[in-house]
Amino acid sequence: MKKLITGNEAVARGAYEAGVTYASAYPGTPSTEILENIGPYKEEIIAEWAPNEKVALESAFGASFAGARSLAAMKHVGVNVAADALMTMGYTGVRGGFVLVSADDPGCHSSQNEQDNRIFAKFAKVACIEPSDSQESKDFIKEAYKISEAFDVAVLFRMTTRVCHSKGLVAFEEREEREIIPYEKQIQKYIVAPAHAQRLHPIVEDKLKKLEAFSNETHLNVEEWHGSEIGIVTSGVAYTYAREVFKDTANYLKIGFSNPLPMDKIRAFSQKVKTLYVIEELEPFMEDQMKAAGIACIGKEKIPLTGELSPDVIEEAIFGKKPEFLSISEEKIVPRPPTLCAGCPHRGFFYALGKKKNVVVTGDIGCYTLGFADPLNAIDSVHCMGASISMGHGAQKAFKKHGVDKRIVSVIGDSTFLHTGVNSLLTVAYNGGNTVNVILDNRITAMTGHQENPGTGFTLQGAPAKEVNLEELVKAIGIEHVKTINPLKLKEVDTALEEAFAFDGPSVIITRWPCALKRYSEADIEEFGPLENQCHVIEDKCKGCRICTKTGCPAISFDNDKKKAFIDPNQCVGCMVCLQSCPFNAIERVVE
Amino acid sequence: MTETRNILLSGVGGQGIILASKILSTGLINAGYDVKMSEVHGMAQRGGSVTTQVRYGDKVDSPIIGKGQADILVSFEVMETGRWLEYLKLSGQVIINQWEIGSAPILSGKSLYPKGVIEEIASKVEETTVIDAARLAREIGNIRTMNVVIVGALIKALGLEALDWEEVIRSTVKPKFVDVNIIALKAGMDQIQ
Repeated sequence: MKKLITGNEAVARGAYEAGVTYASAYPGTPSTEILENIGPYKEEIIAEWAPNEKVALESAFGASFAGARSLAAMKHVGVNVAADALMTMGYTGVRGGFVLVSADDPGCHSSQNEQDNRIFAKFAKVACIEPSDSQESKDFIKEAYKISEAFDVAVLFRMTTRVCHSKGLVAFEEREEREIIPYEKQIQKYIVAPAHAQRLHPIVEDKLKKLEAFSNETHLNVEEWHGSEIGIVTSGVAYTYAREVFKDTANYLKIGFSNPLPMDKIRAFSQKVKTLYVIEELEPFMEDQMKAAGIACIGKEKIPLTGELSPDVIEEAIFGKKPEFLSISEEKIVPRPPTLCAGCPHRGFFYALGKKKNVVVTGDIGCYTLGFADPLNAIDSVHCMGASISMGHGAQKAFKKHGVDKRIVSVIGDSTFLHTGVNSLLTVAYNGGNTVNVILDNRITAMTGHQENPGTGFTLQGAPAKEVNLEELVKAIGIEHVKTINPLKLKEVDTALEEAFAFDGPSVIITRWPCALKRYSEADIEEFGPLENQCHVIEDKCKGCRICTKTGCPAISFDNDKKKAFIDPNQCVGCMVCLQSCPFNAIERVVE
Repeated sequence: MTETRNILLSGVGGQGIILASKILSTGLINAGYDVKMSEVHGMAQRGGSVTTQVRYGDKVDSPIIGKGQADILVSFEVMETGRWLEYLKLSGQVIINQWEIGSAPILSGKSLYPKGVIEEIASKVEETTVIDAARLAREIGNIRTMNVVIVGALIKALGLEALDWEEVIRSTVKPKFVDVNIIALKAGMDQIQ
């Protein structure tokens, strides 16, 4: 029986079948569902959300060090956070089989860049495996553990958005239980003091030679001959696109094991064809190495380096054939940008913040990034996880040094604060910062689809957990001015901001209210209760000033004919932010 | 050998497109087809434009299609039909649900909801079917079955109505919603001649 599942679900199943006993991750699109789908294998696998990717990778490495098969999963930019641990894992190798799943995002569907993490595998001197669909995502994970243990090497399992989130049919198999590999103290391997590291480096180089020999033999790198004069070297989902375009009119060398590359196999393949294309998404990872090895090929001269590939992108790049299609007149398509949900607790805060003059707002990664957009227009920068607080700190120092009269507000979510924002706040407190730091605590990791974090009181597998007290934490860091407020109350937000601006020194404001889509826990119900009674517009009082639409709530629309605002009862959850924004008291709660 | 067929479902986050495509793909798998389906998660969900692609045939390679490739574009929302029209084959078919959802610039009154979308599409695509799935869903007694009404229409348009869709519904929705969704699916099928 085959099941239609995503690549992420397939990785989870593969880890289960491979006898993995420990997995850790920090959520991030497109990787999140991997751990969510490992979670239900409670009997067999410990699955945990780590506060950040470095912690996830190190925890999984620890399980491998102890002799168990382990997995860490993260989005491509998460590997940057985990890179410190990864780079030295290349030297140490592993004990229990170890796989790091890196979910890259060509096209930036949900990311700040489109880095190609195959380069990380080469840089860190670890093996790289690339599946092209769901079945391979499961099968190759099992191969990855065999390779990891056979060669004493970490495996970077490189997926991309389309592999992670596309569904294909997958055949399931039974789990193979693995005994833990008996622990043995190996200080020359696991203590990377300089004397040991110096000895480890040539061992790694030797290991890579053995892995290259393996790469030339493994069935993960497979030739497909169709008697053509055209040859295509390809990997990952790009293989399926190439097949879609060329079908059986080309021969393929499909690379599933891409670091180290099977250069002998590629050379032999190249010698049997007249024209050789390299079709790979993002960087010329294979192409550059092939050209350096003296293999003539056509790659990024034609195939785009930026953005996502697709069958029609390849067809146009190689054959110059533009697709024929219909389109509608431009004026009939109005943009539909993502928006903060109706009842989102971030809205009240950003609405109040957006009114402040002479303020620069450094933002962070999460739903609240949308606070930058019209009509809120309340964020000046968003860079990477945790950067709001540290960028804000540096900016405030520079402004002050140069006599620029601007105040910095740094805005960060609860999960992102615990990810890396804590470290940033340490520098604010320790180095005499003077920023207003706002933790938007919506009681969950929202943007990736509601994952627990150290501030929510539950683990990934549903057990009650120690809940970090943000107020106590920031006080312990050294922040003296700390205020927790309800972000749905505009006056409360405004007062908190004014007090923080008036305070001489760094401050923290915690806006505490659950995500509008959150399933309330018992503690949530007790603390926040249900939102009651929706809001509606009293048409007689509405002057058509449109101020309520400046909150950007998707439940509010403005009728240009009637010149009145309207609140959609199917969407309104009764947060009352619009009610407070109305200067004419034309919005009231529906009385039942 | 069955040539691979391509379906593009478009709409707005929250309209139930994921469940609709799940119902469709489950039926296709039960019928023995190879199926690939592609969605995008994350930031795009927040009230933004959403699409799902479903491809089926004897053997499907790519999970995604390019412009000018969809045999059927089925749109859960009027304006989204126009946004994704470029993906339709020149000889393709369009099913439009007569349901309008304003986007942020429209809600704030900065832009108007475009007029004449259906008319322009119908003038360009010979096989254009407009259905009022909301009305049908209300008549059935549950507005939330709007997405299943649309899937019903799609199934009939694909000529797949003979498959055991009742079984599919039973395996994809919660028990207490099985009956109403079976009625919704049939109501959708009846919309296509």
